[in-house]
Amino acid sequence: MEKSDIINVSKNRGEKGNYVKPILKGLQFTMGNFFKKPVTIQYPDQKTVRSQRWRGLHKLNVDEKGELKCVACGLCAAVCPSQAITILAREDEGGTRHPEKFEVNELRCIFCGFCQDACPKSAISLTKIYEYVNYNREDFVFDISILKTTGEKWNS
Amino acid sequence: MSESKTVTLNMGPHHPATHGVLRVVLELDGETIVNATPVIGYLHRGIEKICESRTYQQILPLTDRLDYSAASANNLGYCVAVEKLLGIEVPKRAQYLRVIMAEFARIMGHHLWLGTHALDIGAMTVIFYAFRDREMIMAMNEEIAGYRLTPSFIRIGGVAYEATDDFIAKVRKFVAWFPKALEGYHQLLTDNKIWTTRTMNIGKISAEEAINHGLTGPSLRGSGVAYDVRKAFPYSSYGDFDFKIPIGENGDVYDRYLVRMEEFKQSIAIIAQAIENLPSGPVMTDNPLVASPSQPEVQTDISALIRRFMVNAKGTPVPSGELYSAVEGAKGELGFYLVGDGSEQPYRLKIRSSCFYLASALPRLLVGHMVADAIAIIGSLDVVLGEIDR
Repeated sequence: MEKSDIINVSKNRGEKGNYVKPILKGLQFTMGNFFKKPVTIQYPDQKTVRSQRWRGLHKLNVDEKGELKCVACGLCAAVCPSQAITILAREDEGGTRHPEKFEVNELRCIFCGFCQDACPKSAISLTKIYEYVNYNREDFVFDISILKTTGEKWNS
Repeated sequence: MSESKTVTLNMGPHHPATHGVLRVVLELDGETIVNATPVIGYLHRGIEKICESRTYQQILPLTDRLDYSAASANNLGYCVAVEKLLGIEVPKRAQYLRVIMAEFARIMGHHLWLGTHALDIGAMTVIFYAFRDREMIMAMNEEIAGYRLTPSFIRIGGVAYEATDDFIAKVRKFVAWFPKALEGYHQLLTDNKIWTTRTMNIGKISAEEAINHGLTGPSLRGSGVAYDVRKAFPYSSYGDFDFKIPIGENGDVYDRYLVRMEEFKQSIAIIAQAIENLPSGPVMTDNPLVASPSQPEVQTDISALIRRFMVNAKGTPVPSGELYSAVEGAKGELGFYLVGDGSEQPYRLKIRSSCFYLASALPRLLVGHMVADAIAIIGSLDVVLGEIDR
């Protein structure tokens, strides 16, 4: 490493200093901020806007006919680092695959978003919902009926 | 009757000033520390062992949870290690975006350090300003990656998404604004007599001893050793940027403070250069073993669909071999020792946590000081237990 890449920060450090002046300087900074608009918000009443890419609770998407886009290929379950997704597949007479069981354990989930990145049918996506409560841990194992309508419960 | 006895004091694991769950057993003579033993392991999650049963991609969100105050820097360290073993080249635009994210992570880590360190010593004001500015970086993380604290934005072979215009505008605004905020932190602390009395000549460690204890990062540079992985072994285009390494002279708490304060400035200079010279091009390598094909490709091309299944479900086979690769995390040299055996999962992943070495220097640093100084010293080392215990 060359000498010009280095700065010595403690060269000018003063051992003496006095009590009054720096405190007044600090108070000057405080007073400078005192009359500004607050940066905080009153949380439950006011909320900040979430970004378009926010990774919140899962949702299963449906097509125009109202049927699940999911074909139960199991890629989201395979890519999930925390093994939060369980899928059982069923095949109808036409040979089309549907999920018999699709469960997401929201308490295991670490919201990495790998499932929505991996899905070839854009069938699973993450919503912008970030605040959710339930009375039991079991209620956080979301099945198809909940995943289809994620958001109705908490967004109201 | 003159019998001298020492008192054992348990500091932690739930002490607010030990920054997590560090427990230090102090042996006191009056109020002077005669012996100190750090006890770690309260946050052990077995990440290294979990990694052996996950594919290389799946490990990535776990690395966020090492040093959770500077998550992107850990992502970068892990990805650089895997890419070296795979022998793939990352596009320039992705490298620059990585640098921006890693430097933001460093600033976020230093914000947390500054706020809590000052709070421990008794200066309550600073944390509010530090967290106000940290929130702005979190908003930028959210904008580009979709998550605030653990973005998982840097992926093997590049970065997850293209930067939005909004993100670039926000970064420019932040870069222009931040030096003023930094001036405010200096105004509150640097010359304050109470602050200097509490920090000067406390927890002194010489350059030689610091090296022997394996200290890295700002704690080593505070003792006057100019060692920074970004300069010594440049990775991810760090060679393109013009920045300086701050060093101290005395190796005490105050010098470590000054070094970190200067690092704020240097990090923001790197981000400013990276955002102005952001090259155009892809943000992900085109190596078929690593890159998952895009959604339109998958919809129309069967081979792309198969490739997506292979990359995501089976993983990327990494050739057998071993390597050690280090990056400069917020706390020091963060190294990943990776052993590949030709399969999709690592045979072994050892993480060289800089905080572990910092905590192991505590017995040397604490002895001879008062109990109140112990708080200042632990704060100045800036240990994060998520990284020590893994």
